[in-house]
Amino acid sequence: MNIKKNRGVLFQDNVYEHHIIRKKFIIIVLLAVTIVAFFWAINAGAMPIKPKKVILAILGLGDNKSISIIRNIRMPRVVSGILAGAGLSIAGCIMQNNLKNPLASPSTLGISNAAAFGANVAIILLGAGTIVSTGLGEIQIFNPYIVTICAMSFSIGSTLLIISLSKIGRFSTQSIILAGVALSSLFSAGTMIIQYFSGDTTKVAAVIFWTFGDLGRASWNEIIIMGILIAISIIYFIYHRWDYNALDSGDDTAKSLGVNVERIRLCGMFMASVITAVTVSFLGIIGFIGLICPQITKRLIGSDNRYLIPASAIMGSFILLISDTLARVLLSPQTLPVGAVTSFLGAPLFLYFLIKGM
Amino acid sequence: MTLLADDISFSYPKNDVIKEITFSLEEGDYLAVLGTNGAGKSTLLKCLSKILNPQLGKVYINGIDSSTLKGTELAKNIAYVPQSHDYSKKTVFDSVLLGRKPYIKWDVSQNDIEIVEDILRLLDLENYSMRYTNELSGGELQKVIIARALAQQPKVLLMDEPTSNLDLKNQIEVLSIIKEIINIQKISAVVTMHDLNLALRFANKFILIKEGELFAFGDATVLNSESIKSVYGVDVVIEEYLGIPVVIPI
Repeated sequence: MNIKKNRGVLFQDNVYEHHIIRKKFIIIVLLAVTIVAFFWAINAGAMPIKPKKVILAILGLGDNKSISIIRNIRMPRVVSGILAGAGLSIAGCIMQNNLKNPLASPSTLGISNAAAFGANVAIILLGAGTIVSTGLGEIQIFNPYIVTICAMSFSIGSTLLIISLSKIGRFSTQSIILAGVALSSLFSAGTMIIQYFSGDTTKVAAVIFWTFGDLGRASWNEIIIMGILIAISIIYFIYHRWDYNALDSGDDTAKSLGVNVERIRLCGMFMASVITAVTVSFLGIIGFIGLICPQITKRLIGSDNRYLIPASAIMGSFILLISDTLARVLLSPQTLPVGAVTSFLGAPLFLYFLIKGM
Repeated sequence: MTLLADDISFSYPKNDVIKEITFSLEEGDYLAVLGTNGAGKSTLLKCLSKILNPQLGKVYINGIDSSTLKGTELAKNIAYVPQSHDYSKKTVFDSVLLGRKPYIKWDVSQNDIEIVEDILRLLDLENYSMRYTNELSGGELQKVIIARALAQQPKVLLMDEPTSNLDLKNQIEVLSIIKEIINIQKISAVVTMHDLNLALRFANKFILIKEGELFAFGDATVLNSESIKSVYGVDVVIEEYLGIPVVIPI
């Protein structure tokens, strides 16, 4: 028998090639709409700036006022949105793959609540922030680094605790998620107690505003740290895309294909948790992105991690950019919490996909 | 000698699962692993593929100690078809392409694609290639999993009850294809089975496992009414019908 003979009509038509081209096309379209969203986001505000002026301002050309607005106010916000969206979405994507559960995300694993607890400790117990009465409920953090360090310490600590528990107790993937839910509940309770016993309502108000999440909060230094960590993680995840594809088929299959399942899962979870911790610590809690963006992307492009990982990152950037811009323009000059807008925008979209059976 | 299992034992903390199992296979051998539920058949396969590390004993593939091979090198030598499998929203083509993982450096090569196409055609799956695996019937899915294992181009094919979800036509078809591949590619296969008749029809070597221990290993002569009575506790007669041995419980 010669299995190389009699090539079928199906394969002569390069069906597989078309299948791949379709996936690449979806990624290009996602990229294109994200670029459009970028220009919309950077143009939205009290002073509209045309795209040509935006490009000139980015290059340091044009009038000083435009350069100042673009470089110091709008660019940090938009770049934060692109990075945080990509980071949170890709973290959710990897967590869902590694734990084989669509409910796995930075929030269900307790990382966000751990960060919020850290912020509560910093603002209420260490007195790192308060709220000033400007009529808009402006948050004033006296020492942003203490808040960030506390939030990051608790979120990374929580991650390490889950990973250690899962190693010591030889947890199944389901047990890891349950451990995350338990820790999440523990940190919520801790937050509640700190707030309940705080005699200073302005501090409680400040920490609640902190948890809302704000893309305009990060400085360029923080954005660079976030960017480097997210870039390293994305490169790592893309490098291991075939390992994640193997994990999709079950641990035994992955092992028989030469994947070191325990190591890949441990490293994947750790890197996904670190980028979540950094993002939440710098910007506050932005829910929904990590949970739903990978799911929406999976329904558009399938589970093949060669395409799912980059597409999830772009989808996260797109949805967060659009949400933040809407949050700024809908009730201008009042800005809505971006986390609320991401849910209002994404939840109906996700329900639509579910109803359509995609 | 393609495969040598040398005195392998595996146990969980509180119970021994397989004890001191030794056997060897030559190129072209089709080994049926037989025994009751819980006898240790699946554990034996997992030890052979290094999914589980046996506490004692070694496994040699073409004379090389498998514990000295890296994961991807081992995957080029041994392919494993699990009893149950997870599936996600992937096309049949992509699922089979996963079997090329040990060979893929950065991107899929034209050779990888051609190998997948050939295997899909061989298993009569070419018309399903762009279907999603979660839309397939149990039998179709099982063929896809076998196709993925074949895409690894292994020297030894390990299959844990590969025909359990298939109808009679597909059972015979799949086992025939495996036999054909064994003969053409000069590989060997180790297949756990429950159907003694299918085992007698397709396999040329047999292992009977009783409570984790090797009860018998050899050609079709080891599968007789006495050994079946000892292992399964069932009285049977073995008759030939149209030249095919048939096990009849009495």
